[in-house]
Amino acid sequence: MNAIPKFTAADFASDQEVRWCPGCGDYSILKSVQRTLAEIGARRENTVCISGIGCSSRFPYYVETYGYHTIHGRAPAIATGVKLANPELDVWIVTGDGDGLSIGGNHMLHLLRRNLDCQVLLFNNEIYGLTKGQYSPTSRSGKHSPSTPFGSVDRPLNPCAFALGAGARFIARSYDLAQSKTPEILARAHAHRGTSFVEIYQNCIVYNDGAFEKFAGKKAAPDSQLWLESGKPMLFAGGNKGLRLNRETWALEVVALDGQTPEAAGILVHDETNNVIAKLLIDMPVGNFPVALGVIYCNPAPAFDGAVAEQNRQVAAGKKRDLNALLRKGDTWSVEGEVFEAHA
Amino acid sequence: MTIAVASTPTTEINPPASPEAVVMRFAGDSGDGIQLTGSQFTLSTALAGNDLATFPDFPAEIRAPQGTTFGVSAFQINFGSTSIDTAGDVPDVLMAMNPAALKVNLAALRPGGLIIADAGAFDERNLEKAGYVDNPLEDGTLAPYQVVALDIARLTLEAVKPVGLSNRDGLRCKAMWALGLALWMFDRDRQPLIDSLKTKFGAKSDKLVAANVAALNAGHAYGENAEIGTPLKQVRLPRAEMAPGLYRTVTGGETVALGLVAGSQLAGLPLFLGSYPITPASPILHYLARLKEYEVTTFQAEDEIAAICSAIGASYAGQLGVTTSSGPGIALKGEALGLAIMSELPLVVVNVQRGGPSTGLPTKTEQSDLYQAVYGRNGDAPLVVIAARSPSDCFEVAIEAVRLAVQFMTPVILLTDGYIANAAEPWRIPDLAAYEAFPVTFFDKAPSEGKVNPYQRDPETLKRIWIKPGTPGLTHRIGGIEKSFSTGAISYDSANHQKMTDTRKAKIDGIAKFIPEQDVALGETRGKLAVVGWGSTYGSIQQAVRRVRARGGDVSHIHVRHLWPLPRNLGALLKGYERVLVPEMNTGQLKTVLRDQFLIDAKPFNKVSGQPFMVAEIEAAIEQALA
Repeated sequence: MNAIPKFTAADFASDQEVRWCPGCGDYSILKSVQRTLAEIGARRENTVCISGIGCSSRFPYYVETYGYHTIHGRAPAIATGVKLANPELDVWIVTGDGDGLSIGGNHMLHLLRRNLDCQVLLFNNEIYGLTKGQYSPTSRSGKHSPSTPFGSVDRPLNPCAFALGAGARFIARSYDLAQSKTPEILARAHAHRGTSFVEIYQNCIVYNDGAFEKFAGKKAAPDSQLWLESGKPMLFAGGNKGLRLNRETWALEVVALDGQTPEAAGILVHDETNNVIAKLLIDMPVGNFPVALGVIYCNPAPAFDGAVAEQNRQVAAGKKRDLNALLRKGDTWSVEGEVFEAHA
Repeated sequence: MTIAVASTPTTEINPPASPEAVVMRFAGDSGDGIQLTGSQFTLSTALAGNDLATFPDFPAEIRAPQGTTFGVSAFQINFGSTSIDTAGDVPDVLMAMNPAALKVNLAALRPGGLIIADAGAFDERNLEKAGYVDNPLEDGTLAPYQVVALDIARLTLEAVKPVGLSNRDGLRCKAMWALGLALWMFDRDRQPLIDSLKTKFGAKSDKLVAANVAALNAGHAYGENAEIGTPLKQVRLPRAEMAPGLYRTVTGGETVALGLVAGSQLAGLPLFLGSYPITPASPILHYLARLKEYEVTTFQAEDEIAAICSAIGASYAGQLGVTTSSGPGIALKGEALGLAIMSELPLVVVNVQRGGPSTGLPTKTEQSDLYQAVYGRNGDAPLVVIAARSPSDCFEVAIEAVRLAVQFMTPVILLTDGYIANAAEPWRIPDLAAYEAFPVTFFDKAPSEGKVNPYQRDPETLKRIWIKPGTPGLTHRIGGIEKSFSTGAISYDSANHQKMTDTRKAKIDGIAKFIPEQDVALGETRGKLAVVGWGSTYGSIQQAVRRVRARGGDVSHIHVRHLWPLPRNLGALLKGYERVLVPEMNTGQLKTVLRDQFLIDAKPFNKVSGQPFMVAEIEAAIEQALA
């Protein structure tokens, strides 16, 4: 066997000093990504991290791969050019709720519908951090911030619902501190051909501390997190509770098993390819329901970059690349001293 | 048969029997097929060996309400046996397919000029829509002109009757009938056009081909049988003396596309076009989308910003990134242009200028985006700006844009305009073997120790190295934040920002050493008056200067291709003239740049009507400047 160089997470750490606030959730996500890259056997030179603007978008500087820190919201568009120019590159887009869903919402929509083969890591901290704390499109209604001193009256966007609506074929969720689970999800995202959309809840310790405490806090976690696994019943709270589909209202409901088997209790089995159930899982309101985490939806379809390359190949096949001939195609005439000849 | 009606025989101002050049304008409803008729007549003119220049002028609406003045579409062609520089100031012949077309175009016609009108379309309803109280064909309005009024609609329907088309479809062939008559007037061979119609409509319907050919032949036959004594006369224009070579007609849209492909081949790079549809730039996207065998990838992006960003991404990945648009789209690309400048990647940005500001006049021409190109970004953000002066020139300038982009790792803005993009002219087809290649070398030497500095520069040109992602041992990060001159890492150091800003400026300024010196297009290198132009005003200025010089005027024509940086000798050259006149289709943008760069008293001469300069307008301005 050829000796494939074994990389560790440390090999994917760049020499740049990380400049996020102490205690920022981004540190844990960075670690998870570096671990994932090592575990999936990524090649440094073949990996490209592309970001926009915001705290999350500083990410490429800290990863020892190729990286492009672009402009606000435009990472998906830059990534599209990179991937169409060289489909062999493994492209990771790193963005946030403001970058990816506000100023760059249009690009995100079209990236997802086209299904470019890349990973999108959307760090959702429900706030604008780098610009010092304004509310974001995912901030909850009533959010007090410097730009909404009396509370926001906007209705928030649900990133995964947006992705599903845009036609995403891979949707997953995790949160910053779930370091034991995130690498596995990222590995799945990487393996998926097409745009893999991963929302990662991320705590902003300065401007929105505790935003996800309700389900990410140590005490709340077991009862409020539903980690989805394909083919497995949707159980949480240590297996004591599960989700069932009420077939009259077409709504999910939480069921206590009370010693019953999941089958007997009518607990749903996770089918990653079912986008109706995916929508219900994504929309579950925190509090009454657990938060759906893990791979929510995975239903592969042809990737855009592959389709473009394939059409380029097919149309070009058998045609000569002779530009001089192309210039002379069609109706021409020649002038040679006194001789004039039309070639229509 | 409808009788040709001749009005006042103003013989002394009739065109000579064998004129050197004729200006003809086809005008009708935007649904009449005027643009198709014009381009077919252009092809016939080219194949007859005349030099030519055209000016398609059409409304922004796809189908404006029928019969209205704002729905009038026109196509002007100037052709002849001498050198033709412009589409002509004043038409000699006006083909008016309805009252609105007559109303809009009559004022431009030369007194004594010939009007061929479709009398069938001059009914009460159309007259009213055009704002005529009485029928101008009958009330003496057209007394200063020669008039041939024919019921072209009826003649066309008669001609296409055997084919069995509906009345509605039959009337669509009206323009072909008129074209047939025009072909007869200038003694043209019909066969190439019949072949071309077959190619154009053949796939759709044999009936359509048959009807169009029947209409064309009927129009031609009408001319052949026209009675002697009517204003309909056959005119033969000898072919123009042109440099030996193989020719075709081209529009600026085609030559930009072909030049970009040629440039990418000379650079040895695949071409990536990221574009968003916009008038009048879209034809470049359409053309390149068909050229996949030339390693061309086209991507219709979701918006203007995504279009340029995808092109930047492609350049980052090692292809030649190109984006094409017009003024409003370029405005949206501004921030991304800054990114391309900051990350020092090659990029070609084509701006097919149109009337502005905002949506402005989408289908009309203007050259009012020079400030935007030279200055229009946040920060000190220099890049290269060059401009094409004619459809043929677009090919050369597109290659030059690619050369400068890859040789200096910089965005290059190529300015054309709506006039150049749509106008056609004969093009002496170049031999690509005659062009010097400028192959790109990607940096691939991993340092034996430490990290690569992606901003290490060529000491002579100051361009940075170009590393393709995928190259082992050279992983690095670039982006919009200021980078350290010596390591390429993020740097907020004040002295470093000064140094990097100075370096970016010096790199672009230094390109002046690698572009040709400014030449004089016509006239002397010193004297009383220099007329300085750029872009599509070339033909009008050239003609005007030629005419004034023929009368002994001390005037020279200088036409600037490299607008930023300017040619290194331009300042000294201009100081050799007593006066400098700058005609522009804007309110004086190059004038400002010249004043700023050279502290000279450049005088503006401006027109922003959405129409190109007439030769006579510039001529008058020259006379005034010389007085």
